[in-house]
Amino acid sequence: MATESLGKILRTDESVEALTREAETLKAKLAEEKAKLNDVDMCVVSQRLESLQQFNIKPRRVLKGHQGKVLCMDWSSDKRHIVSSSQDGKMLIWDAFTTNKEHAVTMPTTWVMACSYGPSGSVVACGGLDNKCTIYPLSLEEDPASKKKAVATHTSYLSCCSFTCSDYQILTGSGDSTCALWDVENSQLIQSFHGHAGDVMSIDLSPTETGNIFVSGGCDKVAMVWDMRTGECVQMFEGHEADINCVRFYPSGDAFATGSDDATCRLFDLRADREVNCYKKESIIFGCNAVDFSVSGRLLFGGYNDYTVNIWDALKGTRSAILYGHDNRVSCLRISPDGTSLCTGSWDYTLRVWA
Amino acid sequence: MAHRHSKRTETLPSSLPANGQHSHEENPNYLVYKKMESIIERMQDECTGVPVRTVKSFMSKVPSVFTGADLICWMMRNLDVEDQVEALHLAHLMASHGYFFPIDDHMLTVKNDNTYYRFQTPCFWPSRCGEPENTDYAVYLCKRTMQNKQRLELADYEAENLARLQKMFSRKWEFIFMQAEAQAKVDKKRDKLERKVLDSQERAFWDVHRPVPGCVNTTEVDIKKACRMNRHSKMTRVSPNYAVPGGRISPSVSEADLHNPTDSIRHDIDALKRKIEKRRVKISKVTESFIAYFQQYAEYDAFITSPDPSNPWIADSTESWDQERTLSAREIPQRRVKRWGFSIEELLRDPAGRDQFTKFLDKEFSGENLKFWLACQELKGLPMREVNKKVHEIFSEFLAPGAHNPVNVDCQIMELVRRRMENNPTRFCFEEAQDHIFKLMKSDSYSRYLRSDQYKEYLSGTRKKSRKRLEIRKV
Repeated sequence: MATESLGKILRTDESVEALTREAETLKAKLAEEKAKLNDVDMCVVSQRLESLQQFNIKPRRVLKGHQGKVLCMDWSSDKRHIVSSSQDGKMLIWDAFTTNKEHAVTMPTTWVMACSYGPSGSVVACGGLDNKCTIYPLSLEEDPASKKKAVATHTSYLSCCSFTCSDYQILTGSGDSTCALWDVENSQLIQSFHGHAGDVMSIDLSPTETGNIFVSGGCDKVAMVWDMRTGECVQMFEGHEADINCVRFYPSGDAFATGSDDATCRLFDLRADREVNCYKKESIIFGCNAVDFSVSGRLLFGGYNDYTVNIWDALKGTRSAILYGHDNRVSCLRISPDGTSLCTGSWDYTLRVWA
Repeated sequence: MAHRHSKRTETLPSSLPANGQHSHEENPNYLVYKKMESIIERMQDECTGVPVRTVKSFMSKVPSVFTGADLICWMMRNLDVEDQVEALHLAHLMASHGYFFPIDDHMLTVKNDNTYYRFQTPCFWPSRCGEPENTDYAVYLCKRTMQNKQRLELADYEAENLARLQKMFSRKWEFIFMQAEAQAKVDKKRDKLERKVLDSQERAFWDVHRPVPGCVNTTEVDIKKACRMNRHSKMTRVSPNYAVPGGRISPSVSEADLHNPTDSIRHDIDALKRKIEKRRVKISKVTESFIAYFQQYAEYDAFITSPDPSNPWIADSTESWDQERTLSAREIPQRRVKRWGFSIEELLRDPAGRDQFTKFLDKEFSGENLKFWLACQELKGLPMREVNKKVHEIFSEFLAPGAHNPVNVDCQIMELVRRRMENNPTRFCFEEAQDHIFKLMKSDSYSRYLRSDQYKEYLSGTRKKSRKRLEIRKV
């Protein structure tokens, strides 16, 4: 009996060793396969493109009203309304064009770290240190807070949220290292996404209708692409040397950009299954909190902890311009749905619309 | 130098908490502190750094200073900054973190002129000391009131802070006062020039941690990162063995995996094999596609090509938005129609394009394909409650035997759908069918639509009009 079990243990040990060896060989083979496809530097191919002209981007609107750090913002599909959330526990709805505030919602907790507009433009969601995602229908007659509804609950703070193609579903990311898809009406979990080994900081849904995928990035320095239908991670991207704070799809949906505490932004391509460009400079030492693309994908806007927005030529890999204006960290930024402007939110309590 | 530092720790004991030393690396700002410090080290190089001097002024000496102009000049030469504006901005950021400071100003900023600046001693760098206590601040301010010197006089906001702290610590004020007295005594014994330097460094330390009202407190951390910092230290205390990133084991790794190494390795091997088999595209090809995408969309990118008639945010006019909304089908600008030709996704994304395509398909008697595809899209976003009903509606309208709008899918997919309909259908049960129909529309109807007179007329008809409009404008 005793020898038999001992033999079994030995055999498993042996097979563990053999399997580990096999895994190592496969890993090496995968690396080799990937290296083969790294045939040329993207910046070299892009050299034939003409350089971009001088930009004349200025702040066109300044939205003042928050009494704490602005932590998150999102555009309405009507191209002019904005929702923003702040450390003062307030969520504000702005008509950014006139700079009027249309709604103010006070949250039960301070630090509202995430907010999002529904595709219809008649509902917003937000959450933060309360670990919840709460939905507020917007109407001119009633106080949005009277109709609020807690939809999602995580076991740590809510770091990001985004409606899917409809007002009835919301995708959330949390400090509990998971993402989750929720049914708004029933407040029921549809699908959860496990795999990150650190806080999830940002999510973005694929811009293509046929995508069914989203990307997430977090404090484990890894970006993951998920299948919404099955809850499985279908692709994983490494390379950053510190927390990934933001992920954003390239307009065609074939790639995505990341912004990280390691002071770089990177471009990862789903087809090439690897990093294809890295946007960095010796003089940029502060972390990047938010990234977004212009409509053509040529410009990558990055909001940094050094109070600036750096505009990168996403194809040539060079910096095209710096936007100065905020007096504290730029915490969030988004291109408007029609691509005519860029909105930034900052720890200086303001939001700015640039064009 | 080292001797001086050790003295400093004596005089300000609790601003440098010995127990907190190990946790500084977990500070979310640590990474950027280290980067700034490596620049500071280069700036302080005796040969190649910023020239530090002791300046004679009137009756006294100003020890160990450099000018703002020298600093900016050094940065322009040694860092890859674009221009003076960027150099000044970076200098300002480093000053606001207290790495160097103007010798007689609480505002930690840098001007490109002959203002004097001084380097902070490393033991006051934010990476080396934790968040100081209010009692330390009280001792510091109290001490300043004892030193009868003009340069040490409290600023208005500091006097206010002192009053507030005195109220807050009324019970232990005697203790604070005694500590301040002891420190002042030690300071008095120092050499005059050394005292000047130390006083200013101490002041700059508090200007970082208790900034002048209106100045940014650079020691604040991102709350999300702070949450993790707290959690992490708790986690390591409870179970030091789970030293995985983030302080937790990923929930996707089940208990069984941890106990049975062979299974988990086999799992890894399968994943690796799948990855190797995956088809990948070369960087050169990927880049070409990015370039092609840019070339196609450049005219629609408001940051590259200014929009027609105007950018609402710059022109302060909503004209282009209003136009978009009120246009009748015939007046849709050519550049918008042109976009429908880029891909079927573009065509379907534009409501007007979708209308046009629907009309075209109806003429071709294949309208059911688009209807089916749209129904499936809608299904994916429906509330849970309505999913089941909608699934059956779609099935009976498009797929069931005798459906009145039958779509043409092959028997394999049909069988798949039928099986799913029998046991608990989900919102994704038509995925393959929807995919099949989409490909069919894309390769067949869509390419015919682009070649059709309907689309061409639209493109050229509007083109004529927009040309006319242009001509009128020119006149």
